[in-house]
Amino acid sequence: MFDPKDRKLIMAHLWFSFLAILIGAIAGLLQGLERTGFIQLPAPIGYYQLLTVHGVMMALIFTTFFIIGYLYSGVTRTLGGRLRDGQRAVAWIGYAMMVIGTVMAAVKILTNDASVLYTFYAPMMADPLFYIGMALVIVGSWFSGFAIFAAYGKWRRANKGKPSPLFAYMAVATMVLWQICTIGVAAEVVFQLIPWSLGWAQRINVELSRTLFWYFGHPLVYFWLLPAYIFWYVNVPKIIGGKIFSDSLPRLTFVLFILYSIPVGFHHQLMEPGISSFWKFLQVILTMIVVIPSLMTAFAMMATFELAGRAKGAKGLFGFFRKLPYHDARFFAAFVGMVIFIPAGAGGIINASYQLNQVVHNTLWITGHFHLTIASTVALTFFAITYTLLPALTGRKITGLINRLGIVHTVVWAIGMALMAVPMHIVGLLGEPRRTAFTTYMDHPVAAVWAPYRKLMGIGSGFLFIGVLLFLFIALYLSFFAPRTKPHVDFPLGEVYEAGHRPPALLERWSVWVGLTIVLTLIAYTVPVLDLIRHSPPGSFGIRSW
Amino acid sequence: MIDHLPRYEKMWLLIGIGSIFAFLVILGLLGAALGFHPPGHMRKLDPEDVKTAAPFNQPALTAIGPNEYKATMVAEMFAFAPEEIVVPKGAKVHFEITSPDVVHGLLIPDTNVNMMVVPGHVTEFDYTFNKSGEYVMLCHEYCGVGHHMMMGKLIVR
Repeated sequence: MFDPKDRKLIMAHLWFSFLAILIGAIAGLLQGLERTGFIQLPAPIGYYQLLTVHGVMMALIFTTFFIIGYLYSGVTRTLGGRLRDGQRAVAWIGYAMMVIGTVMAAVKILTNDASVLYTFYAPMMADPLFYIGMALVIVGSWFSGFAIFAAYGKWRRANKGKPSPLFAYMAVATMVLWQICTIGVAAEVVFQLIPWSLGWAQRINVELSRTLFWYFGHPLVYFWLLPAYIFWYVNVPKIIGGKIFSDSLPRLTFVLFILYSIPVGFHHQLMEPGISSFWKFLQVILTMIVVIPSLMTAFAMMATFELAGRAKGAKGLFGFFRKLPYHDARFFAAFVGMVIFIPAGAGGIINASYQLNQVVHNTLWITGHFHLTIASTVALTFFAITYTLLPALTGRKITGLINRLGIVHTVVWAIGMALMAVPMHIVGLLGEPRRTAFTTYMDHPVAAVWAPYRKLMGIGSGFLFIGVLLFLFIALYLSFFAPRTKPHVDFPLGEVYEAGHRPPALLERWSVWVGLTIVLTLIAYTVPVLDLIRHSPPGSFGIRSW
Repeated sequence: MIDHLPRYEKMWLLIGIGSIFAFLVILGLLGAALGFHPPGHMRKLDPEDVKTAAPFNQPALTAIGPNEYKATMVAEMFAFAPEEIVVPKGAKVHFEITSPDVVHGLLIPDTNVNMMVVPGHVTEFDYTFNKSGEYVMLCHEYCGVGHHMMMGKLIVR
């Protein structure tokens, strides 16, 4: 049972994220139908404005609020049952800052004073309030991290010598990653964008701003992925009636993510001037290393499934697959997400492959890629988390009908993504650029080839919008209307298969991992960033080109 | 910790890490031995000078050798200069491109020409056009309200 005060905190985070997904989905639908030629937007609404709304709401606001809410839920459940009052106060301060920041940024996007996309794109200059709002969101999320660190520190001091609960460990790892990587974007916003947009600085170092952004922009995707992995590692085993395969390996996985997801941002900048080939290739190598913890996760998932299946009497090499509870929406949504991650991850390796990136950079292939990763694997897992967490928070139960609706919702989502993301990959290879409004390039034959793929993408975005509505209906029902149940449904947290083997204490020595991360980051970034600062061109004035 | 890995996991990771290592060796060799690097360059200039200083004050295609050309280009809101380039079949083109205003891109579908154009910097890339036809040059980085209209043509005869 959650403490009522914690429940309120978590529900506030979840519902703000659901509001963000609704706004993001409306923008996504309109934008999806515009760029594929189904509709024309009414004059006051711009395609790039919608794209900014979609990116900010989905990539930054929905994810950040949802993730922090989910992490709080596991932290309270595993570290003594509730947050201390001081920790909760810090958590609420973070929440308030993030909400205020989101509202400020949203107002400026809606008045069309900030159509610069969530990647900022200096020297396009948005209204200062947009940047200040984004800075508040980032700094607010630091407070959320402090609350989690405090709860973890308190538990460690009270339980000397014991390994921390797996969920809490992973929550701390996720926030450690987040705190380190957001320093880049915070530096860009606070030291470059805000003074420049307020007129205190005339010019901006464009390539430095891009480098600071992508220092943050790649670990950002791991900040989305790690909570999904937490659900897979910790909650899924319990849901399927199995055990956590190992207590040490998941921790090692998360440590590797902290180490190798940060010094890799240049793989988003492979086509850019101002960074020499050597440093680009070094970061390509580091990028490839971050594949390893995902391979370990894939193995752990299969092992968990096999253990659970065999315990239920599965026979043969793959018989355990038939024993998995596909009829349970909490599992099914996450499972579909896992399956999609196999091609999605392979696509990521292609993108990171240095010269090969020339074939796909800034084409719709990339948009297809992250709609399979974040918008399928991660989003489907977040839907599964919602179906798991809400009943535990509210004391209501998932009725048979709602469970079936959850399965339908997952299927609708998968169909929508198949119709949208697969054609995006193909048409990207044929050369259609991303972040581009509807255009036929003066009826050029090269662009004519793209037409049928666009139709499929537009239909896919319709499916996905229906999927979001179904999800929000289920979330609303589980939050406020589903029948209450006794005994209370608990938040399913898995137990470890071999309880005898203790995780090495070294994994809990955060100073070592943070130190190593800083060393790796300095190796990968010091020389090229110093070069961007010392040999920079005079810089650019702000331009409003929208 | 590694000695606690189950045998099958060791095999699985060995195959995975081995593949990644092989990929990296191939990518590295293509770069180091054959010179296949993505575009870029360390040349810099004041974005304010693009319109006044050589060579970008006169964007043009210049012959620099037998069937070898230099395409000096400017990407600006919302057009390329020159907006049309004509080269013979088999021509090797050295692209050099910059921007006087915001960030742009240069993408030529059906080729490997894919470059970011950042104000203050010059991006360079070489490409040999072995197939004749009419190619389209597109801006593939969001640059403002006219981004989707920003295009040029490259004709290989």
